[in-house]
Amino acid sequence: MTKKVQVSATVNGETVDFLCEPWQSLLDVLREELHLTGAKEGCNNGNCGACSVLLDGAPVNSCLVLAVEAEGAEITTVEGIAQNGQLHPLQQCFLEGAALQCGICTPGFLVTAKALLDQNPNPTEEQIRFELAGNLCRCTGYDKIIKAVLAAAKNLQEAN
Amino acid sequence: MKPFDYTAPSTIADAVSLLSQHNGEARVLAGGTDILVQLREGLREAGIVIDVKKIAELRALDCCSTSGLTLGASTPCAEIYGNADVCTAYPALTDAARIIGGWQIQSRASIGGNLCNASPAADSIPALIALNAVALVAGPNGQREIPVADFCTAPGRNALAAGELLVCLQFPAPSAKSSSAYQRFIPRNEMDIAVVGVGSWLQLDESGQTILSARVALGAVAPTPVFAAEASDWLAGKPATEDTYRQAGELARKSASPISDMRGTAEYRVHLVGVLTQRTLAKAVQRAVAQRAAG
Repeated sequence: MTKKVQVSATVNGETVDFLCEPWQSLLDVLREELHLTGAKEGCNNGNCGACSVLLDGAPVNSCLVLAVEAEGAEITTVEGIAQNGQLHPLQQCFLEGAALQCGICTPGFLVTAKALLDQNPNPTEEQIRFELAGNLCRCTGYDKIIKAVLAAAKNLQEAN
Repeated sequence: MKPFDYTAPSTIADAVSLLSQHNGEARVLAGGTDILVQLREGLREAGIVIDVKKIAELRALDCCSTSGLTLGASTPCAEIYGNADVCTAYPALTDAARIIGGWQIQSRASIGGNLCNASPAADSIPALIALNAVALVAGPNGQREIPVADFCTAPGRNALAAGELLVCLQFPAPSAKSSSAYQRFIPRNEMDIAVVGVGSWLQLDESGQTILSARVALGAVAPTPVFAAEASDWLAGKPATEDTYRQAGELARKSASPISDMRGTAEYRVHLVGVLTQRTLAKAVQRAVAQRAAG
């Protein structure tokens, strides 16, 4: 039988060591071992984006990453987006714009939207819709989400 | 998921030896966006998963105006379309890489994996065939080359023999006044499987008025992606006009032998082949001319 593997990674800025089975997904380890339950299991096959995290800065579906692959990697989950007790402008705009209903998809949207704004601080509505296509929401009809991202981009630019 | 072992070799030789050692039991992991789903759903089984992303040759992205493009088999889509030189020289490839799944998939999914998975509807394969890409394969008996047009043998099956590993894809250097395009039809805006996909490459003459040679390839209209030979051959020497693209579309329809399924009827797919051939040829000409103006 296979042996558990020791993995060392940086999660939300902190060095973390964990033991995992070679077939365990990163999502599973984040939730069950590290108790970071922000990333959600929606479809568990790469369609819904509810489990999105940043892996070395790039948004990925953590259900389609093996935990062993995280060795040496830098991971950001939704828990790592707020800084010093301050909500990220995206989180603030999602709240103020009521850009969520049941909330299951929200962590994934926040993480992907953060990756987008990190890369492109002033995206068009079309660019936002394109880059968030891998995140599915079954409640809101997307409009409030897109508006919240546009508002956050504006706030971030004004702050800088 | 059923238990398996994991290993991440750093050389091609080690990977090939691991594949031979675990004959039939080993599965190669690049981006994991197909294989991990298949393992989880029990569509495939693995005793050991061999992660090839630590092998330098499989992470290559070397774009050179004289020697062409060497694309490592595990290089993710986002890295490919994030490279301005590749976008300029091989736009059909980056058109496809930009629409395979969403951003999260593109951060991980590789063109090598898309090819090995051998889906009839794979977005990158018509682009690879149109761009005349060649697969470099390493195995227990050394290395060999397989033209991408011959790589897929049936849905989910490819030309790799036991113990062989796809190392990279090699693309010819872009010739003067040439360009390419890939387009697919889906009923949604994004995140869907092609009902039909078409990749076109062509080269114009000095004046930019006449097509010197062309390659058109079709996806989701046969058990494997297909090279539309008749349309491609016919295009050589024809004027770069809408009427030419339309006639090429008519000829490309003859290379399609689709089935009817939940995504579309056979008749609809054949119609789409004509439309998308016409559009991708027009797009490729537009790009070739624009490049000429810029260069």
